Amino acid sequence: MDNETKIKSENVDFFYGKTQALKNINLDIYKNQVTAIIGPSGCGKSTFIRLLNRMNELVPNTVLSGKISLDGLDIFDSSVDPVDIRRQVGMVFQKPNPFPKSIFDNISYGLKVNGIKDRSFIEERVEWSLKKAALWPEVKDRLHDSALKLSGGQQQRLCIARSLAVESKVILFDEPCASLDPISTAKIEELITELKKEYTIVIVTHNMQQAARVSDYTAFFLMGELIEFGKTQDIFTKPKDSKTEAYITGRFG
Amino acid sequence: MKEKLYKWIFTILAFASLIFLIGIVIVLFKEALPIFQKVKPLEFILGRAWYPTYSTPEFGILPLILASVWVTFGATLVCVPLGVGSALYLHELAGHKQRAILKPLIEILASIPSVVYGFFGMVILTSLLQNLFHLPTGLTALNASLVLGIMATPTVCSLADDALNYVPKSFREASFAVGANRWQTLTQVVIPAAGSGISTAIILGMSRAIGETMTVLMVAGGAAVIPHSFLEPVRPMTAAIAAEMGEAPMGGSHYHALFAIALILFLTTFIFNIIAEIISRRFRIKLGLSG
Amino acid sequence: MKKNIIQNLGFIALFLCILITLFFLGSIIYFITVRGFKVISWEFLTQGPRMGMTQGGIAPAIVGTFYLTLGAILFALPLGIACAIYLCEYSPKNFVVNLIRISINNLAGVPSVVFGLFGLAVFVKFFGFGVSILSGSLTLGILTLPLIISSAQEALSAVPQSIREASLSLGATRWETIKNIVLPTALPGILTGVILSIGRVAGETAPILFTATAFYTRGYPKSVFSEVMALPYHIYALMTEGIHPDKQTAIAYGCSLILLFMVLMISGVAIFIRQRQRSIYG
Repeated sequence: MDNETKIKSENVDFFYGKTQALKNINLDIYKNQVTAIIGPSGCGKSTFIRLLNRMNELVPNTVLSGKISLDGLDIFDSSVDPVDIRRQVGMVFQKPNPFPKSIFDNISYGLKVNGIKDRSFIEERVEWSLKKAALWPEVKDRLHDSALKLSGGQQQRLCIARSLAVESKVILFDEPCASLDPISTAKIEELITELKKEYTIVIVTHNMQQAARVSDYTAFFLMGELIEFGKTQDIFTKPKDSKTEAYITGRFG
Repeated sequence: MKEKLYKWIFTILAFASLIFLIGIVIVLFKEALPIFQKVKPLEFILGRAWYPTYSTPEFGILPLILASVWVTFGATLVCVPLGVGSALYLHELAGHKQRAILKPLIEILASIPSVVYGFFGMVILTSLLQNLFHLPTGLTALNASLVLGIMATPTVCSLADDALNYVPKSFREASFAVGANRWQTLTQVVIPAAGSGISTAIILGMSRAIGETMTVLMVAGGAAVIPHSFLEPVRPMTAAIAAEMGEAPMGGSHYHALFAIALILFLTTFIFNIIAEIISRRFRIKLGLSG
Repeated sequence: MKKNIIQNLGFIALFLCILITLFFLGSIIYFITVRGFKVISWEFLTQGPRMGMTQGGIAPAIVGTFYLTLGAILFALPLGIACAIYLCEYSPKNFVVNLIRISINNLAGVPSVVFGLFGLAVFVKFFGFGVSILSGSLTLGILTLPLIISSAQEALSAVPQSIREASLSLGATRWETIKNIVLPTALPGILTGVILSIGRVAGETAPILFTATAFYTRGYPKSVFSEVMALPYHIYALMTEGIHPDKQTAIAYGCSLILLFMVLMISGVAIFIRQRQRSIYG
């Protein structure tokens, strides 16, 4: 099966001030596949994923060299509007962060800021994205209740629905289940497996079993470097690098 | 790009405070300078005769400066023990319920307008002091010190309480662990640790006292003479400005002299505030909190 | 044991401190309430003064205070919120921010009579607005600016960073995020600051002494360029001018009661809201 590359990272170096956080990352994210990024704390996985939708620009005093392209186009090119990239590449965060608004308004917000005003289209889209995020049955009768009343797992699915509504074709998950209980975690993992049919997914996780359950490809980061990348099955059963093997078998982490 | 526009609008508006501060400095200097062509600065500050309305006016403001100093000092004698003592009570002895009522109560009381304090001083304290000390008039430095002191107490109390709360609980626990009782812990560990914060509270309280106008205008007495005791009427700098500006012809020497007094007042409180800022920065660094 | 005796004495001293403080503050409120209450009547609140300030009411002073306060807030609020937005949302972490912060803190410490002189020289004289509501409001506005900025800043900082990130990650711009997400969430906190400012501005006298007030005006102000009577100034004037000290003192008690009541009520509401906010968001 020939995989189309959705996001390509070439020779990427990244510095916080004088400290180098990422060294020479060359990584292909394939379309409609789930790519997991694993590694111990501080290895650069969250830093890397935040480059993919230019969220790194919120931190002052950083330097990036190398190229990151989405569908072949350099996302850091001066002619590119970061706002536009962020619409195409969505993000779900470690701790669910719904807006202090109603469930409906949480989702319609993304549409509003992208210029969509048609009321009936918005309503359709809200329903559609909530269904896709497997949340619709639980909230359809209380769309105008505050989103903060939902449980952690429901809030996280709401955040996923938010990104779906603006038609991001890539969704980045930064340790999405870190603050959720096992049942909610299972629901989200199920959702990710469903979503990959239409979306490209990158998931950062410190939970190796999760990576093994959910992803097609896995990248192992250590101290800012990409140590190994390959099909998840291969990485977990016959890793090529000894460091990868040491991490997977729990010798450090 | 609209985004850039918004950012620029906010940047410019944010400088408003700086612009106003600089504006105040410029205006004070501009309107004060002419008097120094008539009177040398040192003569002005140290001169003992303030007779601005005489046909040959004299512009020595030492009596005014001393009056401000005395009244502020007196006020400090009142507001520091009461304010810090109250803060210590809130911090150490007040239960949760008491604190929940007392702390907001004191904050609300801090907002009583100064003219109301002045009024109270005039109608109640004046006759009281007059009878107590057998004075010709109850409008004296003592009156002003008392009223100003009470006025500053809630402010000092609030700030001192905040300073005490910044001290990490671990200090107290360590002290108990070696067998100290609560009073010893309070006086030998917590208060020294909060020392800078409490100093800041006191300095800001004093700064407020020296800059206070209406209260001293109404109760300090109004005699522009060098004070020899607290039981005499005095005229602090703020009262002089407020009382005399209405009568000083615009653009005349008296007018400029009053602006000069305002300039000195401004510089004094400015210095107080800078000192408080420096101390509070060191305090936060010392306790390991972010600057 | 000796150290326990010292402790007990010490604690008694602390208790006395707070008792004395509350006693003094309480007696101020007591005296003014009791003596002022006698003077309050419907006529007092709705009519103007008559017979050389010895009869009638103080309605124009109440109205004057209202206008001055409104004007001050109209001026300071947009400016203050804009500054707070800049400090919280846009500013780079460099020395410019510190400069602005120091300016705000110092502006907050300037004596009120200095503001009055500034207003006199700049608004009354230089711009030629004369002694008027306009001059008074602008002067009071500058006075209260630091308070509004610091309240707005506290409110904006309390909005969790994660919500801003969520908004940006959906493709919203910085300004859209501020306008649609951050500001509405911070609104209660900002409101608290505004209410506190109102309480403070209403009670200020020195800044309006030379910029806005007159002891007596015929009727109510006709435009922003009119002089006004104002409650805090009226109290002062009643006690230091005029020729009927007894009757005037009684009226002054009434004025003080109204002013005190207003200010305590307003501050009470604001501090109550702020207390609740802080306990919700921790």
